[in-house]
This record gives sequence, C-alpha cells and structure tokens, in this order.
Amino acid sequence: MSTEPVTAVPVSEIVTPIRLDYRYTPGEASSRFLRGMKEGRILGRRCPSCLKVILPPRGCCSMCGELLGEEVEVKDSGTLVTFAVVNVNFANRTIDLPYVTGEVLFDGADMTTMVLLSGVPLDEVRMGMRVKAVWLPEEQWDYTLANIDHVEPIDEPDADYESFKELL
Amino acid sequence: MRDVAVVSYAQFAARNEQSRNEIEFLLPVVKEALAPTGLTSQDMGFTVSGSSDYLAGQSFAFVSALDAVGPWPPIAESHVEMDGAFALYEAWVRLQHGDIDTALVYAFGKSSPGDIGRVLSLQLDPYLAGPLWPDAASLAALQARVLLDSGKASEKDLARVVARSRRSALGNPHAQLKGEYDEAALLDEPLYADPLRKHDLPPITDGAAVIVLAAGDRARDLCEKPVWIRGIDHRIDGQALGSRDLSVSPSTTLAGRKAGLGDIGGGVDLAELHAPFSHQELILTEALGLDETRTRINPSGGALASNPVMVAGLVRIGEAAARLAAGDGQTAVAHATGGPCLQQNLVCVLEADK
Amino acid sequence: MSQRAAVLGTGQTKHVSARKDVSIAGLVREAADRALADAGCAWDEIDAVVVGKAPDMFEGVMMPELYLAEALGAVGKPLLRVHTAGSVGGSTAIVAAHLVQAGIHERVLTVAFEKQSESNAMWALSIRIPFAQPLVAGAGGYFAPIVRGYIRKSGAPLDTGYRVVLKDRLNALKNPYAHLHQAGITYEQIAESPLLWDPIRYAETCPSSDGAAAMVIGSERAAEACERPVAWIHGTAVRSEPTMGAGRDRVNPHAGRDCAKAVYAEAGITDPFRQIDCVEMYVPFSWFEPMWLENLGFAEEGAGWKMVHDGTTALDGELPVNMSGGVLSSNPIGASGMLRFLEAANQVRGLAGEHQVPNAKTALGHAYGGGSQFFAMWVVGSEKK
Repeated sequence: MSTEPVTAVPVSEIVTPIRLDYRYTPGEASSRFLRGMKEGRILGRRCPSCLKVILPPRGCCSMCGELLGEEVEVKDSGTLVTFAVVNVNFANRTIDLPYVTGEVLFDGADMTTMVLLSGVPLDEVRMGMRVKAVWLPEEQWDYTLANIDHVEPIDEPDADYESFKELL
Repeated sequence: MRDVAVVSYAQFAARNEQSRNEIEFLLPVVKEALAPTGLTSQDMGFTVSGSSDYLAGQSFAFVSALDAVGPWPPIAESHVEMDGAFALYEAWVRLQHGDIDTALVYAFGKSSPGDIGRVLSLQLDPYLAGPLWPDAASLAALQARVLLDSGKASEKDLARVVARSRRSALGNPHAQLKGEYDEAALLDEPLYADPLRKHDLPPITDGAAVIVLAAGDRARDLCEKPVWIRGIDHRIDGQALGSRDLSVSPSTTLAGRKAGLGDIGGGVDLAELHAPFSHQELILTEALGLDETRTRINPSGGALASNPVMVAGLVRIGEAAARLAAGDGQTAVAHATGGPCLQQNLVCVLEADK
Repeated sequence: MSQRAAVLGTGQTKHVSARKDVSIAGLVREAADRALADAGCAWDEIDAVVVGKAPDMFEGVMMPELYLAEALGAVGKPLLRVHTAGSVGGSTAIVAAHLVQAGIHERVLTVAFEKQSESNAMWALSIRIPFAQPLVAGAGGYFAPIVRGYIRKSGAPLDTGYRVVLKDRLNALKNPYAHLHQAGITYEQIAESPLLWDPIRYAETCPSSDGAAAMVIGSERAAEACERPVAWIHGTAVRSEPTMGAGRDRVNPHAGRDCAKAVYAEAGITDPFRQIDCVEMYVPFSWFEPMWLENLGFAEEGAGWKMVHDGTTALDGELPVNMSGGVLSSNPIGASGMLRFLEAANQVRGLAGEHQVPNAKTALGHAYGGGSQFFAMWVVGSEKK
C-alpha cells in the first residue's frame, strides 16, 4: 500500500468502446433491386393499389400499405426535380467540394432517387434539367445503387415545372 | 374507466428470417389482424408500435416499419422504444379519452441480425455495469443462482418448466422449440451459464405481432367474442443489480395488484407470462400469487418456445386473449417484461365477453 | 370523458455542447428537480414518469430510461419511454398529458433529454447500413432541396432565412438556458457565413447540444393546489405520414396541416393568427419558419416569408415565434420538442422572464421529426377550458 497522500481527482470521463456486429437483410424487394443494379438495370416495383412505380423498392408502397407488385424496368435518363449544392463533406465520402446532390426522377419511376450531379457548372444547374446516369465501369459493378457514379445533363429541353412540381 | 377489448390478434415468428426485411414480414401480419374486423389501418383512431433501434442496429428503425401500415392520408400515431405490450398500454390510455373507439397496436423485431445477448448488455448503466459486458444469458444466470440459493426453487423446477413449455408449444404453430422432453434427460445436459443450461434460454426469434383494440360496444361490432381488459398496469424496479433481491419481482406484484388480479375470485384460468428464461417463470408465478393447480401457465409455450424480442410481451397478451376468445377459459392474466432480470413489468387482466 | 390537465411546473438545463460535469442521470435529474420545485411538488407525489429521447445510439445506451429509473424516482411507478424521432419531446409530453386526461394519474413527470456529446450524433444519424442510400449529405443535404422547392413555389427573397436566424439568436440572448448566446450577432455575419448546402448557410443551422427538459403535468385538482400559475392544456395532436412516397408534399406536409387542424379543433381555435398569442415551433434550419407558418395556417400558402420580413414574428410583433431562441439556438435533439412545449407553457404562465410575450394567454407548442413526417403539437392557455 502506498503511503503517498491520495490526491482525489474525480473521474470525469470514461471511454467505453462498443462494437456490435449485425448481419442486415435487405429484404426480398431490395434484393431484387440490388441484383438488377449488378446487371446495370434499374428495377422499380409497381404498387398494385396506386399503380405508382416505387424506386428503390424496400418492401411496400408506403402510401397504400401494400406489398409491391410487378417489376418495372426504369430508364437511366431522367429529370432533375430539385438539388442541393453541398459544401461540406460527410463521414465517409470525400468528394471535391462543392458537389451537387440531385433528386432525379428516372423515366418510368414515380419517386425520386438521390444521385450525384456532375458535368455542369454550378450556375447552370436548374430544376427540370434532363439528365442521364453515368455508370462506373462494368467490372466495378456490385449490388449497389452506387454503380451509378453520377448523372450528367443531356441535350434535351428542360422538363416542364408542372410535370414534376408534385414531387417537391 | 372505459371498457376496452382485444378484438383481433395475429403474429409471425421464425427462427431466422433471412429473406424478408421487417416491413415485408410485418405487413402481412397487419393485414391478417385487420381482416376479421373488416376495417383498414386508416379506420383506426390511433396507431402505436413498439420496437428497438439497437435491436435492429439502426437509428429510427421504427420509421420504415410505419410504411407497412400505409399512413396515407396521415394518421395519429406514436411509438415506444419498448416491447409492444407497453405500446398496447399507451393505446389503452388513449382510448380512455372517449373520442376514438379503435386502436392498432403492433410490434416487430429481428433478434437474428446481431448478437442479441450482447446487444441487451447495452441496457445497463454505461458507467459501472455496462462496460463489463455481461450478456443477457449471464445476467439471467446470476438471477437464477440467487433464486436457487434462496431455496425457493431447485434445478428440477427449471427442468419442469422447460418440459412443460415445450410440450405446450406442440399446439402452437408459431413456436420454434417444441416437443416431448424428459425432465431427467434435460438435467443431464451440460451447463451453459451456470446454473442455466441451453434449454433454459429462449430461442433467437424474428417476429411481429398485431393487436386491434376497440372500446365499448364497438368491440362487439368487430368480433364475435371480445376479450375485455379488466385491468392493466406496469411498474419498474431499480436497475442496479446489487440493489434488489433478484429472486423476487416486486414490480410484477405491484402491477398485478394495481391491475386488479386479486379481484378475480378463485384465480384466473390461464396465465401467459413473459419469461425468456425458465427460472423467471417461477419468480413471476410467485410474484403474481398464481396457483398452478388452478391456473394453466403459458399454454402457448411462452417465451421459452418463441422469443421475438420487443414483441414477446405483446404476444403474451394476444395468446391469452385468443384462447379466451376461443372459449378456452374465461379469465386470464398476461404479463410482459423489459430490462435486465425482470426489471420492468406489465400485467394485464383479461376476461372473455359473457 | 377526457379530463382537464395542466402544466404545473417546468425545468430545463442550460444547454451546451457537452456537459462534462454530470452523468446522464445527473443531467436528467437536474431538469426534473427544477420542474418539481417549480410545481411545488414532492417526489412521492409523482404517480408516473414518461421519458422521451431520440435514438439510443446518441448516447450508446440501449433504453437508457431503464438505467435512469432510480434517478427519475420511478422505482415502483409506471415508466414509459417514447421515441418518435425529432418530434419525440412533443409526443412525450402528449403521452404524459394523456395519462392525466384519462384520469389515471394525478401528477406525471415527463422528461426529454439528449446527452449527444457522449456518442457521435453524426454517426448515429447516418449509420452505414449496407444496401442503403450510398449518398449521404447530412440533414441539410436532405432539407436544402426542400427549401429550394419552397423558394421556387413562393418567390421568397433569398435572405428570408437570415432574418429568422437574427431574430432567434437575439431572442436567445434573453433566455439564460439557450446554448448559443451570440451577443453582437449581425445580419451581415449571417449572410456571409459559409454556404453548407446551398442555400443553407452555416449560421442558419442549429447547434448540437446536451440538454434536458422536464415538466410536471397534473390534474385539475393538482393544479388548483398549485401556488404558481399553471398552463392549461387545451388540445394535443399527433400525426404521421410515410417517409417516402409519390404524392408527399415535403414543403407543406399533409401530416403537419392535419395535425394543426386537429389541435385547433380540440382547443376551439378557429382563427389561429388572431387567437394564438405566440408560437414555439421546431425550426432547425431557418427556412422552416416561413414554411411552418404556412403549414400551421398562420399565413396563406406561399406567404409565410412575408411575416418574417415585416416583423410579425419578432418578439414584439403580432405573432412572436420562438421567443426562447428556438432550435436554432439550442438543440439537444430528444429534448427540443419538449422545450417548444415547455416554453409555450411558460409563456401563458407569465413565467418566461426576459423573453416573455406580454399578456400571452394562448400559445402553440410544435415539434416535428423525421423527413418532415412526424408532428406533435399542443395548445396551452392561461384559462381553464
């Protein structure tokens, strides 16, 4: 036992590392979608009740509370419904700042998907722009939406505001 | 207090649901529960669910599950980070206001994705107990040791509980662990977490359950035989494991008293007790003052036969109610628990419509 | 069949980025003790406890209310834990109010908290689940397009958000509990602060705070025994809608409009702008103020921004909004909703100190969460109803 006087320094902080491993199940609808992505196909699913094409499908149509029905292949061109110019990087992506995240309504889908937008000066980005997916090289394709690296503008007239304002 | 009844119940439970996600297995259960009532989720006056983020390994896990109910147009909805039985309690409270007559209660959870024993360690205080990482089986074993040392129960009693649970579970299509087991043979099995053996632990279950509640006369419109909630209450004990006698459950006793269990003269016909570990059934039986010669304990097989975490408590209420509705008894008590070593307990007293 | 209920007392902690001087139990107890003292109520007079907070990952403790049972005097009592994402502080208060309104309990303690410095809120908000959306840009990345949609629909001037920030941060200087006390803050500083997600600037975002809020909600009988003024709960409502869906209006959410209609109906409000004296609404990014003004029916659709520019929502305006400084000045995530409800209650009790709206008799507390999908609101008043 030490004979030194005890200098009482209160414990003010402890660090407890926590590690938990989980095996996630994407679910049947999501699995089918991801297998489609691996093949370079964007597969939506139609709700048997409201008939809208849900993308990406995760199990049910949340507006109707129904399991999803038929598979619908969606084009990889679409309309930029809205967008954000991002000036700050988050946790796990290091992209050159600023970058643009776009909400794209792929042709055939009834819901937007968030994708990176590139190949256009910032001051030309506008709601309603027509865009097309630029895929990673095929040999890099995996079971993920990230096979689409970004979207780029295509030479088509902007979509009419009325045609997508409901999706804002 | 307004009379509220269980008018419908459905569940799903499986060992390891590898292909479907929570929405995909919850949605059919919602439909199955609603179908006999003729109502849709949009007709419900209130919707409330129970689930846990840490169980799912995801923040806001309940958010996507809400999609299974089709909340459009928007609905009055809430969620507790607790077993669905407590969500049922919240629904029961809401129905007391008198402005709505129906409520949809659901619970869901997958125990298979993570290491459930370790996940549950996070329920402890993060300063003193948590960092030791006592997993759920170890904590249960501590409690079992206290119980056995108290002289109130023996190893043989644990084996008896397990054998009876598995035998009863033969009649339960949703149970995973079922069969005829010889008690002596069970005792010959090696210890897993002294004094518990593997069979004293629950299975790892993925599942979902849905109950529809209705108040007053509305209950009679929606089903043939409503099962009335005669009383419902819940209480919590302190968590610090050294601060309470783990061989008793005062919060269960108190909740039982407040729920009016003692008012059912002669005892209830059956009891569904949420006891994931065999020794806990003994503690709960004593806490509620149940006479096993009078009251059938866990006719469904209980949580020892099927244990979807965050759902199993709601299932106890559903199983008890379903049996009464089928004429298999007139009165029942259903119990749900949460937290380490039976820390928090809910008791629900049920009576079939006469 | 629904009985009267009132807020008998409130308590909160001084919100800061990290409370290194208390454990989680210490934090909640601080707010709870203050609420009980304000209510003139002893611990053994509390019949039940209702706790609310956001995802458990924010502290790294699963169901922390279990560990907090002793600290919250809940042993032997009913304890519930609500979790409805960002609206949780509000929906928690509502669950507590319902217990009293149902005649089940006389006095209920309700506590909402977040000690998010303990874990990593950024990580907790965007845990990398495989198969999930690979592109993550933070909460602002989700909301910025919605803001852009609002600007497009309404034609609002681009500096509308700056004016909201200026107002809220100046109000916060009058609130000793607020996290951000930016004395000398100017419009220019806000307008020049770095653009994070165009058009949202750094100054237009909320801080990350450790904090707790607590209230004692009681029955009519309990209220009558109170020495200090109480806030009568005139109406409560919650509404939810799906996360993603073809047909959702994220700028003017359906669930928000429905929730407002329901709470006004219960509280007997037919003309919100005239009958409500002040509002505490959940504004984590500046542009939500004009959007919520419309969503809540105080302004016509597309015209909410005008109330920001013409001073209507200033502390001395016709309809003061976020007198406490709001979420823009303090954001302990799980508590923020309850802070809105609590501040509304204190206004009609006449106990809001320096940020008191003179003669406030009726106030609205508002909370929202998720992708603008969960709403919780209450109307409180100085008169019994």
